[in-house]
Amino acid sequence: MTNSNVKTARYWQTLLAGLWRENPVFRLLLGMCPTLAVTAAVKPALTMGCCVIFVLICSNIIVSLMRNLLKPHLRILMFTLTIATFVTIADLFLKAFVPRMSETLGPYVPLIIVNCIIICRAEACASKNPLVVSVIDALGMGVGFTVTLCVLAAIRELLSTGKIFEAQLMPDAFVPWAAMSMPVGAFITLGLMLGLVNIVAGRKA
Amino acid sequence: MDTLSILLMGFISIVVVNNLVFTKFLGICPYLGVSGRIDMAFGMGLAVTFVVTLSGTLTWLIDHLLLIGTPLEVTRYVCFILVIAGAVQLVEMYLRKFFPSLYESFGIFLPLITTNCAILGLCLFINLWGINSLLEAVVLSFGAGIGFTMAICIMAGIRENLDLADVPDCLKGAPITLITAGLLAMAFMGFAGMIR
Repeated sequence: MTNSNVKTARYWQTLLAGLWRENPVFRLLLGMCPTLAVTAAVKPALTMGCCVIFVLICSNIIVSLMRNLLKPHLRILMFTLTIATFVTIADLFLKAFVPRMSETLGPYVPLIIVNCIIICRAEACASKNPLVVSVIDALGMGVGFTVTLCVLAAIRELLSTGKIFEAQLMPDAFVPWAAMSMPVGAFITLGLMLGLVNIVAGRKA
Repeated sequence: MDTLSILLMGFISIVVVNNLVFTKFLGICPYLGVSGRIDMAFGMGLAVTFVVTLSGTLTWLIDHLLLIGTPLEVTRYVCFILVIAGAVQLVEMYLRKFFPSLYESFGIFLPLITTNCAILGLCLFINLWGINSLLEAVVLSFGAGIGFTMAICIMAGIRENLDLADVPDCLKGAPITLITAGLLAMAFMGFAGMIR
């Protein structure tokens, strides 16, 4: 009984680590390209997050299952090929069912292949841990990534258009900051948010 | 003359107007990681330029000779990433054999070029923009490498001076680099609309 309690506690810890303590974007500085590129609005950010969760879980399952067969020098290649397969599936799915969103995201969906979060989790977690832990870790990291993306996208969308999800939130007198939807806005918002996270984390410690 | 001007326009466009780092957010990870010292940044830029030219050309050839119009098109991403991984391996072997000192100084960053999104990104953009002459593909990939080298060297130069600046504690490291990159991106916005 106690043994299973300890196990459950560990699972929860792994799951929650991805959300804050080891948040992939804020704490590990991984996966910066999609973070900056798709956060001009909340909808593409959410889609991107879901794709990453799907690919992360699937690749972690496969990598965890074949972890005893891996040769050290071919490891990274095997990871990338596994990930590329699942990214192709996700890309075809998006093209078939939400073609407009697929067009908005453009090359950033296939670019999930080289998203460092996924390779990093395959290397750091899935290739060393059994199936259940790997899946939970993937879920935590994926959700952490998605939440971060959505927060960033919400700030940028609000300031650049005054709306989130088509809902007007700013008063009429608000003048949209066009720059927020451009690369400038992405870099500066993320920089300031990292600073903010550093302050909060510093206070806790 | 006409071909020449198209090639020249394409080159300038990918280096300054559509710079991969500042307008497409590609290659941000090494950009944040390696841009601390200017000589490292330059070396990294050259290695990326070589790999991106090689893999841009090869993926264009594979795409046009084997994939387009056949059911094999589904395997495009897998093929692209394999070509890139192979090209990086080639560079690694070549450097280790002929320039061992340079190879030593790169260390872990060399194999990591495989996961540099600028390279896969460029191969995908060439496919997306529908470039259909080999020469143009070569020039674009080379230009992308030069653009990346330029961006990372500018950043390294700024960061060397930033060490002396009085930055608030919470912004030290990555945050201030991102904000600087934002200001640079704003400067590069001035080129937007110049070509295409």
